[in-house]
Amino acid sequence: MTESQKPIDPEKEKRKIKSDKRMKEIMTEYYVEAKTPREQRGKKIAWITSGGPVEPLICMDIIPVYPENYGAMIGASKMGVDLCEKSEEMGYSRDLCSYARADIASATVNGGPIGGLPEPDMLICCNNICGTVLKWYEVQARYFKVPLFILDTPICHTEFTKEMRQYVVKQIKEYIAFLEDVCGKPFDYDRMDEVGALSFRGQELWQAILDTTMHKPAPITCFDAFFHLAMIVTLRGTRTVVDYYEMLLAEMKERIAAGIGMIPDEKHRLLWDNLPIWYKMRWLSDKFASHNACLVADTYTSGWTSSMKYLDPDDFLGSLAEGYTRIFLNAGTDIMADNIMGMAEKYDAVGVVFHSNRSCKPYSLGQYDIQRIVQEKMGLPTLMIEADMVDERSFSESQIDTRIDAFIEML
Amino acid sequence: MITAGIDVGSISTKAAIVKDHVVLATKVIQTGYNAQNAGRKVFDEIQAETGISSSQIQAVVATGYGRKSVTFADKAVTEITCHAVGAHYLNPEIRSIIDIGGQDSKAIIIDEKGRVKDFAMNDKCAAGTGRFLEVMARALEVDLDAFGEMSLTADKTSAISSLCTVFAESEVISLISKGEKRENIIAGIHASIGARVMAMGNRIGLKAPVMMTGGVAMNIGVVKALEEKLNSSLVVSKSAQVTGAIGAALIAETVKGGNNE
Ligand code: SF4
Repeated sequence: MTESQKPIDPEKEKRKIKSDKRMKEIMTEYYVEAKTPREQRGKKIAWITSGGPVEPLICMDIIPVYPENYGAMIGASKMGVDLCEKSEEMGYSRDLCSYARADIASATVNGGPIGGLPEPDMLICCNNICGTVLKWYEVQARYFKVPLFILDTPICHTEFTKEMRQYVVKQIKEYIAFLEDVCGKPFDYDRMDEVGALSFRGQELWQAILDTTMHKPAPITCFDAFFHLAMIVTLRGTRTVVDYYEMLLAEMKERIAAGIGMIPDEKHRLLWDNLPIWYKMRWLSDKFASHNACLVADTYTSGWTSSMKYLDPDDFLGSLAEGYTRIFLNAGTDIMADNIMGMAEKYDAVGVVFHSNRSCKPYSLGQYDIQRIVQEKMGLPTLMIEADMVDERSFSESQIDTRIDAFIEML
Repeated sequence: MITAGIDVGSISTKAAIVKDHVVLATKVIQTGYNAQNAGRKVFDEIQAETGISSSQIQAVVATGYGRKSVTFADKAVTEITCHAVGAHYLNPEIRSIIDIGGQDSKAIIIDEKGRVKDFAMNDKCAAGTGRFLEVMARALEVDLDAFGEMSLTADKTSAISSLCTVFAESEVISLISKGEKRENIIAGIHASIGARVMAMGNRIGLKAPVMMTGGVAMNIGVVKALEEKLNSSLVVSKSAQVTGAIGAALIAETVKGGNNE
């Protein structure tokens, strides 16, 4: 039977997110532009870490490209094992983050999804997400022979001190000087105000979309959020994001008005912690759905709005240092635990599913403590799943199947 | 009401028949390579032995890693829940369970009604499981059934520090070549399982009294090693190996939909 002959299931059709189509178009346009040969494209390309301050790049007409977003694509298209093995042949340890392994390997082969990322003209690395990115970007800077800018953001275990502010603000100035130097043109501070305001608006809208799941039944699950997240990560600071998220938010509101939930018979509302398991998204989403369990929110997709309270939409550049230093991954375990407990209350969740991710050490290291804190303070049942976001060799389906079944039986 | 529980594990497959909350019979066979066949076979054999036919059995619950391959079952329930129900039935005082099976080990906390409050399982690794013991028995050329008694005669416990089965095996081999007594090595193997499993138990905070279930509970050496780490005694039922199957049969009493065939 071909695709067009398949009978349409009206129930499924009703639950489909209509905006998905537009999102795919936008992402395709974005990658098509980035992959256009340098001479025709005119614009420069910067590879940047997912938590890095992208707004100055947009302001300078530089196309930001995200190896981590690409890592997610590699994972989702199940190319992770091949590329990870390739990097291991090159001498990288299996303990290294699989985004780094997959990206380093894919740079050396003409392969991977969309035939590989466009070559960078510069690299921007901010260590507010982890320490891995430092060495990863140094490796790539040597490989592509391009300049690398490192923004060092000290960990805010509890607070953001005066000294931290001075230290990061000074680097933001150096960042701008670096961009002026590479592009050979002065930084446009007026445009920066516009880009900053758009970035802030994009974050507001994204949070509003995530918050629609406070409604019962939730119009989307975190598996949908994992998909729609690509926009706030890659195109933050552009009008495109704002327009798209306005459309998506309107659709969510319509769903709520029509009483459409993503899980037909929503029974258990749960939280997800850590990165998605990209190559098992469908399996996991079906698995939880089969138990009428809805993952209403997660710490990952909300990570891109986690420091909004420190950003000033009217003085974005001035607040950049604090906003980018105080993101959720750059904080102490207690802050992370508070974040999860706050979310459990906000979204009225009855349990937490932790993905203990072999790749992402800063995200996974404190999880057992966080699990204990959440259990002690809120009495919430929790589940720990050991896996990896890209490297499928670290996923044991039958074990995880049993754990999820047992967890649901326990609720 | 007569019900049955089938527990398809990676090494052995178990069956239990329960009538009005009383266990009538249990049966254990080797799983072999075909989990689906093993479920069917143990069910046929227990019927033949008891003279109870499948038409009299009103509901069947399957559990264990092969639970979804038991096509004649009315429902599949995880071994976590089944061990909890089974252990509670065998001894209502029990508040925690350590279950060491063929391919995984678990620690389970239950409440006064036998409901699961929390659980932890070993990660994707054979250390601390029945499979680990099998590998070691082969390396030592000792019958696995003799392991427990032999370790009681050890004059010291050899140190086995590797958590990985493969590395632990080479540690064992080097101990053999150094002329270490087998008994001592076996005691070391048991201590290493004890440490591994207790680390998991401590993570969720075991509460006394603790029952040990699963096939490995028949190994007195492992029981002793765990008791040492736990600093108190373990409750080991004669039905340790079939606790999951009993729990499954008891859960089947609550399954609607009746006849299994
Ligand atoms: S270690 Fe974690 S934060 Fe760092 S690149 Fe990998 S996934 Fe991202």
